[in-house]
Amino acid sequence: MIKRIFIRDTNSSSADKARDFCNVLRNQLREKQMDEKVQLIRAADMGVYNQGIVMRILPDDLLYGQVEEKDIPRIVSETICGGKRLNDLMCHHAARQCRIVLRNCGVVDPESIEDYIAQDGYQALAKVLEQNDPEKVLAELKTSGLRGRGGAGYPTWLKWNLARNVKESQKYVICNGDEGDPGAYMDRSVLEGDPYSVIEGLTIAGFVTGASKGYFYIRAEYPLAIERIQKAIDQAYACGLLGENILGSTFRFDAEVRLGAGAFVCGEETALIASIEGKRGYPRPRPPYPSTQGLWGKPTVINNVETLANISPIILKSGKWFAGIGTETSKGTKVFAVTGKVKNSGLVEVPMGTSIREIVFDIGGGAGSGKKVKAVQTGGPSGGVIPEDFFNTPVGYENLQKIGSIMGSGGMIVMDESDCMVDIAKFYLRFCVDESCGKCAPCRIGGTQLLNLLEKISDGKGEEAHLAALRRISFAMQKASLCGLGQTAPNPVLSTLNYFEDEYRTHVLEKRCPARKCGRLFRYSIIQEKCKRCGLCVRNCPSDAISGNREKGYVIDEAKCSRCGLCLETCKPNAILRG
Amino acid sequence: MDAAQLEKDVSEIAGDWKNKEGNLIMILHRIQSKYGYVPREVSLEISKHLDIPLARIYEVITFYNYFKLEPPGKCTISVCMGTACYLKGAPTLLNELERVLGITEGQTTKDGMFRVEVVRCLGCCGLAPVLTVDGKIYQGVKKNEIGEIISKYAAEENGGNGGHKEKP
Ligand SMILES: Cc1cc2nc3c(=O)[nH]c(=O)nc-3n(C[C@H](O)[C@H](O)[C@H](O)COP(=O)(O)O)c2cc1C
Ligand code: SF4
Ligand code: FES
Repeated sequence: MIKRIFIRDTNSSSADKARDFCNVLRNQLREKQMDEKVQLIRAADMGVYNQGIVMRILPDDLLYGQVEEKDIPRIVSETICGGKRLNDLMCHHAARQCRIVLRNCGVVDPESIEDYIAQDGYQALAKVLEQNDPEKVLAELKTSGLRGRGGAGYPTWLKWNLARNVKESQKYVICNGDEGDPGAYMDRSVLEGDPYSVIEGLTIAGFVTGASKGYFYIRAEYPLAIERIQKAIDQAYACGLLGENILGSTFRFDAEVRLGAGAFVCGEETALIASIEGKRGYPRPRPPYPSTQGLWGKPTVINNVETLANISPIILKSGKWFAGIGTETSKGTKVFAVTGKVKNSGLVEVPMGTSIREIVFDIGGGAGSGKKVKAVQTGGPSGGVIPEDFFNTPVGYENLQKIGSIMGSGGMIVMDESDCMVDIAKFYLRFCVDESCGKCAPCRIGGTQLLNLLEKISDGKGEEAHLAALRRISFAMQKASLCGLGQTAPNPVLSTLNYFEDEYRTHVLEKRCPARKCGRLFRYSIIQEKCKRCGLCVRNCPSDAISGNREKGYVIDEAKCSRCGLCLETCKPNAILRG
Repeated sequence: MDAAQLEKDVSEIAGDWKNKEGNLIMILHRIQSKYGYVPREVSLEISKHLDIPLARIYEVITFYNYFKLEPPGKCTISVCMGTACYLKGAPTLLNELERVLGITEGQTTKDGMFRVEVVRCLGCCGLAPVLTVDGKIYQGVKKNEIGEIISKYAAEENGGNGGHKEKP
């Protein structure tokens, strides 16, 4: 029997060693003439973190962690040839996660439809087509309580039902794989790690709504995801799982990939539609909603990648099973990309209702830097920060909204004491200003004004009145912007301002940045007692801001200094002070 | 480029997309992956070939950040400015790159050798800060490694194995 080995370098700090490791392993397999009997697959995510090179060996279902090159001969001869388990390599990691969306990532070969089918793939579509009752699917989805994972959390069954009820011969379904949040990669991992389940979900959406055509709208920046989805579509056509008479039924469904081209606003439904139509990605007012008038004016359902990956398990295991996971109003699981100042950076899939504390500390391992965790940010540029005091909040759509953030698509950025909240707000806002399509004034002008104010504050030119102005402009943008981008762009500003007003005040009143991030609000100086007069800093300073000589000592000219910090890094006796 | 060749190339690029609805963006992607940018003469030819006004083609090109109107440098260095990379020091990397190469983001060095770009989240935030050189990913990059990376590529180009590019 052919063995399959999934390999991944789960260390988040080092360079990816999996490729070299695979090559060595492959050579040794070849020496033993085993290379035909073993398939090596580089996994996208396995739910294991900071365990070095991890390999999962199937069908034995062995999970080895901290594997090094020197272990390869033993693994080849004892486990692969001899079928023996090497206890010292077994990886024991806490199984705190609950993998529904990521169930196949690191288990199924993402380039083999046979493999997917062997893991119950396409069973859900088969069941749906055999029962031939779209209402039944809708009822199941309704029971499940599944809500959209792309941000807004709209009930999936309701969205499908709206489109289904429109009498129109041509309808469309679209998978939103634009993943615009700059710091999140859940959807990418699913598209790369389990493309078939997304295609199966979209096919079922087509069947239920009466759409015969589906599109995958994927960011051009994700070439591997595009390649894998395309391959998976081709294979599905070859197996009769796309095209005419799918699985012997009368159902016809075609799917095709369309690429994004680097515009965040195209994640918004109506802009995405314009983009698929080959136009500039300008949003338009809703209603009419896409479910009645979408792509080329036809009823269209748009779902997020993760939403679609949930469909097959619900159909196979029942809506009741799904509804048993999660909280009152948020069912199932959510995948988060936990990144930033966290020890185990990576994807986690947890039941809704898991507390932020569990995610950041129990799974994520805390800051890892020795510094104190200060807050997390969820929802990307549309979301907000959540201070440590609120970490016991169970994650769910309403819960996160109540504390001024949103669930969003699943980015969770951990920030520690060295991160400045004004700087964070500025970062997200600059993103939104850059990405605003400019169609409506509240977003175009309001965004720029907010950014100007934040820049003044971080440059030490802030005034107390600016804080009130930030709030005022933010509310106006929320109310008057045309699309979700402008309506939510002020969220990072408002939430940092609400929870960390003290920090803003310190910037404004004392002209000081407690985290020492805002370049104009701290300076570098030389502690003369510690200085050994080596002159290294003078030679390294790119701005020629340091002057002096060996006899008199050196000084930094604050006006010339660009705050690059090179002197601090290069000074051996630590004589540079940042403050 | 000679006219006949251009016509042939364009009809090859448009290929089976020619008669599909909403094909323009997909065709532009193909052009850019062939030439590295969208040359004006190709846009003109596409306009004839698909019978759409040049203005509409430019309207689309200029809306989307991904499409470029100028040829890229021999090596394109893309610095990720996604949130995770930003927090983990990407701005310092960018400053250092700009300092070493003497250009700012979006520019190409005078010798046409390096171009520096800012991109948003390459999807490897766990390994932040990340930058790519011609698509090859460098993870957990430190400021003092920048010089090394640049000289490696400079040496490769000058070493005469012209245009050898490592794919990720
Ligand atoms: C500015 C903006 C950007 C968005 N970006 C994304 C995105 O990258 N991915 C996504 O799935 N949804 C995104 N959305 C939400 C979509 O418009 C849409 O609500 C979602 O794809 C619907 O799918 P769901 O019901 O399965 O969540 C964005 C919305 C806005 C306003
Ligand atoms: S809110 Fe911003 S992004 Fe949305 S339509 Fe208005 S200008 Fe464009
Ligand atoms: S933020 Fe840089 S890779 Fe995601």
